[in-house]
Parts: sequence; structure tokens; C-alpha cells
Amino acid sequence: MVSPEDEVIRRRQRERARIMALLLGAFVVLLFFITIAKTGMNW
Amino acid sequence: MPTLELSNPAALPADWRDFVALTKPRVMSLVVFSGLCGLIVAPVQLPLVLSFTAILCIALAAGACGALNQWYEVEIDAKMRRTAKRPLPAGRMERQSALHFGVALSGFSVLLMGLATNWLAAALLAVSILFYVIVYTVWLKPRTAQNIVIGGAAGAFPPLIGWVAATGHVAALPLLLFAIIFLWTPPHFWALSLFVRSDYAAAGIPMLPVVAGFESTRRQILLYSLPMAFAAVTPWALGLSGPVYGVCAAVLSFVFLVLASRVAANRASEPVGMDAEKHLFAYSVFYLFALFAALVADRWLPW
Repeated sequence: MVSPEDEVIRRRQRERARIMALLLGAFVVLLFFITIAKTGMNW
Repeated sequence: MPTLELSNPAALPADWRDFVALTKPRVMSLVVFSGLCGLIVAPVQLPLVLSFTAILCIALAAGACGALNQWYEVEIDAKMRRTAKRPLPAGRMERQSALHFGVALSGFSVLLMGLATNWLAAALLAVSILFYVIVYTVWLKPRTAQNIVIGGAAGAFPPLIGWVAATGHVAALPLLLFAIIFLWTPPHFWALSLFVRSDYAAAGIPMLPVVAGFESTRRQILLYSLPMAFAAVTPWALGLSGPVYGVCAAVLSFVFLVLASRVAANRASEPVGMDAEKHLFAYSVFYLFALFAALVADRWLPW
């Protein structure tokens, strides 16, 4: 049986992993558009 | 939502909301706004995504400063009512997590700024972070009543960084914007420190009202407001902005001086009698927002 404290730890780990995944995804998208913009500036 | 009483909250992984709180989002809004104004009034327009990235980097750097400030000042924050509920003094986060978060955010924001815009903007961003953390937080704040005067330079960087991100060089207008925020910081913070004086005294922070007393602080608020008002109208006087900004700057600064005069005339020593100080503090935030908004309107609207 999982103790209430373990439950809090798991929940926080899950939430933090989800936020980190979202931020990394957003960063990849941002880098893609930065690259396109920088390439466009050098034309 | 039911809450769980935990024997040692710091032993748990911190909640992501506490990492957001570490970045002082409310302080960040003024930093982001002034940085955005510096970027918008620049004569060179960056592609939208690069402008967004530059502002994002300024915001992340401001967040990093907030995190590193709270990491360093955890004992001081614990002694002040205003800050005792922050994640570190409240024991909701390990101190080392805040340090790692702040350092990572600093490095990331500087690198991204350099890659997306230019390395001069990245260097200025790095200098502003180091200035805030090392010169202001570590060196000046616990040692001298002039902490806010010199430390104010850290908060004055964003419009300069925004401008440099767009143009790649420093010019007279962003330097004047730097000067405006630099001179605005002492009256803004001293107005606040007058009505939270007991907090600063309890924490042993030598803010001016604690060291020099109420009368001297009130006089200095008025004295610093004069060069601030002068700096605010200088862009118009030098022909770097138009009459719309000039009129707005003159009116806004006049009201600022009136409120600063009321503070100088006040003799109250308890927060309950410090309406003049509270009004000046609230107005000073509006003043900076309105002044920079007027500069942007002057540059972009077809008058």
C-alpha cells in the first residue's frame, strides 16, 4: 500500500515531468522558428 | 482541497508552482514591459519570433535573479512578514533546488539571447544578472543604505537590452531609458521601505529609513525625484522622441513630484499615517508603465 506521503511525491513528480515535457516541446518549436527567422534574415 | 500534514515538506520534490513563485512573476511584469518598450522603439525591427525570444530571455533572466536572490536571502526572508511565506523560508523547497534553478535559468537565458539576437545583448543580460545577484544582493544590500541607489542599475538594464537585441549597438535613447529607471528606483523603493520599515529593521537590512530615519529618507525621495523628472523629459528635449511623449512625460513627472512633495511634508512614523508614501509607491509603478507606453505610442501611432 502506498503511503499518503509517497502519493504526494508521485503526484509532484508526475506534474513536474509533464511541465518539463511541455517546456522542452515548446523550446524545440521555438528553436525551429528561430532558425527559420535567422535563415530568412541572411537571404 | 484537503491538505496533507507532512513531517518535513523540504524532503519532498518541490511543487512546480513554487518554482514559478521563485521567479517573482509580479516584478517580472515591469521588467518585461520596459524591455519590450526598448525593443519596440528601436529603429530596427526584428522578426516577430526573434523579438519574442529576446523578451522571453529578459523574462527568464529576471526570474533567475529572483530565484538566486531568494536562495541567498532565505534567512532574511524568514524574518520579514512580507516574505516569510516564500517557498524557501516556508520550507516547501530545498535551498539547493533554488540555486540550481537560478543558475540554469541564467545560463539558458544568456545563451538563447546570444543565439537568437546578438552577443552584445547576451553580454548585457549576463552583466545585469551578475550585477543584481553579486553587486546588489550579496554585496550592497546587507552593507549600505545606498544599496537601492547603486543596485537600481540592475533593474535599469531591460530597455537597453531590448534596444541592443534589435539593433546590435548602444545609443542615446536607451541610455536615457536606463537613466530614467536608475533614478526612479530610489524614490520607488524608499516609499515602500518607509511603510515596511519595521520588517527591514527586524531583518537587519540597512535600508535608508532604518539607518537615516524617516525625515532624511523623505527628503531624499524628493531630491531623487527631481533628476528623475529631468531625465524623463530629456528624450523629448533632445529630439529623440516626439511631443506626445514630451507632454506625457512632463505631466506624469509633475504628478510624481507633487506626490513626492507630499511624502517630504509627511511626519508620520507609523504605517497607518503613511498614505502619502503608499500613494507614491502605487503611482511610481503606474508612472513607469505610462511613461514607457507613451514612448511607444509616440514612436508608432500616426499622430
